[in-house]
Amino acid sequence: MAVLVVAEHDSKSVRKATLNAVAAAQKLGSDIHVLIAGHEAGAAAKAAAQIAGVAKVLHADAPQLRDFLAENVAATVVSVAKNYSHLLAPSTSNGKNVMPRVAALLDVQQISDIVAVEGADSFVRPIYAGNALATVKSRDPLKVITVRTTAFDAVAAAGGDAAVEKLAAPADSGLSSFVGRELSKSERPELTAAKIIVSGGRGMASGENFTKVLEPLADRLGAAMGASRAAVDAGFVPNDWQVGQTGKIVAPDLYVAVGISGAIQHLAGMKDSRVIVAINKDEEAPIFQVADYGVVGDLFQIVPTLVEELKK
Amino acid sequence: MKILVSVKRVVDFNVKVRVKADGTGVETANVKMSMNPFDEIALEEAVRLKEAGVATEIVVVSCGVQACQETLRTALAIGADRAILVNTDAELQPLAVAKLLKAVSEREKPQLVIMGKQAIDDDANQTGQMLAALLGWPQATFASKIRLEADRAVVTREVDGGLETDAIKLPAVVTTDLRLNEPRYVTLPNIMKAKKKALEVLTPDALGVDVTPRLTTLKVVEPAKRKAGVKVADAKALVDKLRNDAKVI
Repeated sequence: MAVLVVAEHDSKSVRKATLNAVAAAQKLGSDIHVLIAGHEAGAAAKAAAQIAGVAKVLHADAPQLRDFLAENVAATVVSVAKNYSHLLAPSTSNGKNVMPRVAALLDVQQISDIVAVEGADSFVRPIYAGNALATVKSRDPLKVITVRTTAFDAVAAAGGDAAVEKLAAPADSGLSSFVGRELSKSERPELTAAKIIVSGGRGMASGENFTKVLEPLADRLGAAMGASRAAVDAGFVPNDWQVGQTGKIVAPDLYVAVGISGAIQHLAGMKDSRVIVAINKDEEAPIFQVADYGVVGDLFQIVPTLVEELKK
Repeated sequence: MKILVSVKRVVDFNVKVRVKADGTGVETANVKMSMNPFDEIALEEAVRLKEAGVATEIVVVSCGVQACQETLRTALAIGADRAILVNTDAELQPLAVAKLLKAVSEREKPQLVIMGKQAIDDDANQTGQMLAALLGWPQATFASKIRLEADRAVVTREVDGGLETDAIKLPAVVTTDLRLNEPRYVTLPNIMKAKKKALEVLTPDALGVDVTPRLTTLKVVEPAKRKAGVKVADAKALVDKLRNDAKVI
């Protein structure tokens, strides 16, 4: 039986998280189908057909799917579930919203946030903020899975040539409606897809300092910007910057933690980064226990100097 | 309006958990247990809605061992009116909890269920969505703002790109994110008052729910530890390391 990946897309293209989920699906060794649920998302369906290793794209196009409301998307996934052995989605906010609804409708215990595939029914997933890794075996005939994107290297976005098949969407549930969206506007790379991330914590002391002190460093490195929960709770930066157990999970090549003490919950979101740099005035801060390179001192002096040194 | 809030007893968020030597799980004996932080936020929101005159009654429910009664007493001290424990020593997975909460919801008929978006022990982030599915109700997950109107809730949600607002028909399930509110501290007089509030004990059998786990845990291990690196003197030395040793820039 084939496996189905529920794609994360923006109508025009497929988001990178989908490529990570396809990579996880490949470990199962079956044909991979991708579902594009949306409205006027033909371009995304075409993009999905080009993903390496994808055998078929299901394209459900309906006005009630435009905003990816859980009720309508879950019903669409459930309508084709019987054709599949596994249903996967990346652990994005959409994936986390929709898949448990799908699982419950199918009477399946979902397996959240897998980081490894051990077999068709066994998977590894982090628990307790990543302080333990559990290998679990499912006895459900169908598996519903969300995929931790940082744990699987993205497959190539090009090279495939899958057929696109239309899929009729179930009628609007009438239970929910989309009101609006306030998306953070940024020219920077997306946090979960960035190769370098510059992240600030409580030590930044204000939102203004993120702009004045940290932004020049991020600009210099071509980096995305992130934050600890403390900085988000204090209102320095928007919620979607939060890296951690319950925020975004990231694993860039380089993670620069500035004025972040390193609570367990923050480390859970970034400790799989390849190289970690910490800049903090408290030399006992737990962040130094995971940092490859640490600088102890006043960030307001170190960061501007760092920017100057990078120009050399 | 009646609101149902579910709370889970979990290892306190400040505890650094240890994996058991035999690899069967994590050490929970003699470890401080608390209410799941996201559930505290859920309860706080319900209490504020009652204080604002929107909610009339708050019923709090927990599923699990006898000791969950402590968590429920805390919830009563925060401001819930009465409590229900669905008592079982069996391992409970999210689907089973959602089925238990469905059975309780059918008895209590709340207009709104508020619960944490995830528990900080199993980090599953499933139960609210599952409960909504089983009841055939709409869901609004990761809420940072809830506005109740006559027959619907308008909920602002924390999503990957920023904030999204959805309107959902009541009855509905809402799961909470961190920015929804800041939970209050429990006061001593309220702890005393909570002792007199009703706490009903039910069982999965009485509710007609099969809670048999669908997932078997084969093993639990500690993740590979990161080695602490080196401290460097200044920005110049750091750039040198990043360029020449790590080669990441």
